[in-house]
Amino acid sequence: MMSFIKLASCVFLSTIFISNISIAREGDQISIVGSSTVFPFSTIVAERFAKNTDFRAPVIESTGTGGGVKLFCAGIGLEHPDITNASRAIKETEKKDCASNGINPIEYMIGYDGITFSNSKGSEQLSLTKEEIFKAVSAKVMSNGMMVDNNFKTWSDINPSLPTIEIDVLAPPPSSGTRDAFVELVMHDTCKKIYNMSKKDYKASCSALREDGAVTEAGENDNLIIEKLSANKDRFGIFGFSFLDQNKEKVKGSIINGVAPSISTIADGSYEVSRPLYFYIKQEHVGVIPGLQEFGDYFMSLATSESPLEDAGLIPKP
Amino acid sequence: MIRKSIQSRRARETRLKIYGITSICFALIMLATLLISIGLNGYSALQQAYFKVDISVNMDKLVDDSGTINKNKMNLFNWDGLVKSALREFFPEVKERNEKKELFAIISANAGYDLKEIVKKKALGSGSHTLSVWLHLSDDADQYLKGRLSIDIPEEDRRINNKQIAWVNSLVERDIAKLKFNKTFFTSADSREPESAGILGSVVGSALTLFVTVMFALPLAVMASIYLEYFAKPGRITDFIEVNINNLAAVPSIVFGLLGLSVFLSTFGLPRSAPLVGGLVLGLMTLPTIIIASRASIRSIPPSIREAALGLGASKMQAAMHHVLPLAAPGILTGTIIGMAQALGETAPLLMIGMVAFIIDIPTTFTSSATAMPVQIYMWSDSAERAFYERSSLAILFLVAFLISMNLLAVVLRKKFEKKW
Repeated sequence: MMSFIKLASCVFLSTIFISNISIAREGDQISIVGSSTVFPFSTIVAERFAKNTDFRAPVIESTGTGGGVKLFCAGIGLEHPDITNASRAIKETEKKDCASNGINPIEYMIGYDGITFSNSKGSEQLSLTKEEIFKAVSAKVMSNGMMVDNNFKTWSDINPSLPTIEIDVLAPPPSSGTRDAFVELVMHDTCKKIYNMSKKDYKASCSALREDGAVTEAGENDNLIIEKLSANKDRFGIFGFSFLDQNKEKVKGSIINGVAPSISTIADGSYEVSRPLYFYIKQEHVGVIPGLQEFGDYFMSLATSESPLEDAGLIPKP
Repeated sequence: MIRKSIQSRRARETRLKIYGITSICFALIMLATLLISIGLNGYSALQQAYFKVDISVNMDKLVDDSGTINKNKMNLFNWDGLVKSALREFFPEVKERNEKKELFAIISANAGYDLKEIVKKKALGSGSHTLSVWLHLSDDADQYLKGRLSIDIPEEDRRINNKQIAWVNSLVERDIAKLKFNKTFFTSADSREPESAGILGSVVGSALTLFVTVMFALPLAVMASIYLEYFAKPGRITDFIEVNINNLAAVPSIVFGLLGLSVFLSTFGLPRSAPLVGGLVLGLMTLPTIIIASRASIRSIPPSIREAALGLGASKMQAAMHHVLPLAAPGILTGTIIGMAQALGETAPLLMIGMVAFIIDIPTTFTSSATAMPVQIYMWSDSAERAFYERSSLAILFLVAFLISMNLLAVVLRKKFEKKW
């Protein structure tokens, strides 16, 4: 019993000791969280911002869009981030979450990112439709008006004009914004427009990728996907356009619904698998954190054509 | 009959020996392959392509009336333009807008800022000065000069086109562009441009973090193990604590990150991305390792030493502090260093507390934003730019060298202070 009292008092004392040291973040540094797709662009802006002005360089974390918004909406004060990057617009539920903590996010749209379905430079460039991609990767496919397990083994099973190679696709993990966007823009879109399914139905049966070995989940590291595509000529990978652009001597993007991915086709919307990119500033921190508004303005001034962001693969608003 | 059984026993012995040797060889070959492949990828990052330009700066435009450098004027001055016009003097035939853009793509996007920093450091007097400076070429030109970009593929698929190759070659022929030792890699922090990126920021971050870890974990671990060895009465509670410490050593490190997020960040409001929090989290993670090593070390001290001290009238405290602890110190130290090496290589717990981040400033205090060496490697390996590939390999070599020297230090210290009975 004695030792239990000792233990309890020990825990109690150390708690008091630690809670007395309350140190906040250094208040002159902007803290940014959010999407891993926007991360490379955000870091370019941050570096130039710090070098061109007297403000300190912001600290940028790549937490994923969902995680970023959660941290962003957690509260006002130095321990919470000032900006969150997002590869989709903020959801209604997230807005409510923010509002309940008294936060008003200001939205900035910086441009677009395309999602590519690519293979090795040495292999044939395929021309696919969204439905064909859906049939290759979805866990369930449409057969006589019913959703059944996907049994397509080779691309020619889907469409006889496609080559007779086994379906082998590397997909990003569920935590990634690229995966969310791919599911929404290719899989849900197919079920909605071609199979005329209701929102509830397509969300339930058109969201899962197949697990029989034809689709492999790769990690968040897109460089690894590109290495694996170069090693196996019959393999396809799903990743953002900026990575295709940086590695165009190793991989090439398939034509989807008749359009090949390029800066111009994504910007004018003719390449259909693309999504808008955003960042959100916490209005309540403007004026408190030095340089916050200036950083936002600077980001927008770089999100144009002929800018370093375009060189890094961002497709600016036309 | 007996001879036969002896023969088969010997044969079994030889087989066992062969298995042992094979597995050691296998492990060594794997390690060598790993180090050699990383080394081959990384050694070229020790060099970086530079080019030399002569630049004239009029300091009168950059100083206040009092003669000190005006920060605002420095920031507004068109340094980029200065470098670019100096570069264009080498290639007067380049006139068209697109062509100029291609030409400027062979030099670093940070060349102007680098020039600004050089001028700032030189503290030149008033009037006009002509400086001869070496600035970075772009990462693509750098990779081309190192032969890491293949030029056999069609021009439109390459990161560097024929014209740019001709310009780079012409600079090299005129001896105003060459590969030099990559000092930037060891003296600067992270950057988005591979040619300006370095590991110093993350090395300092790791050092600050580990300092907090040692200061936090070592005293706690030593006190805990002395208490458990000498003061705790054997019983259910002591057993319970012991089982828990052993369990804690096997908990995945990401769990400590989550703990840090909910306790240090949410409850106590400590800053995100700070070495202070990182050190505390890694300290909690290494605590069980150090406790287990310290207890083993204390237990290995012959009881006669402590009993002699007690017999001569020393208190329990004196016996522990004056006699047992100094003798157990080498073992405790070894445990600590191995725990530290483990902490140095961790990224998972740092992810949750915001130390996996892009940070340009070199951290100066325990609360300034910082990252750690393995995090830096992870972030570079995830970057699209090809030149980061060799840089992450070199950073891996650096980290491995650091870890090996830490482990060596542990061995040396143990050998030096070890007492034999």
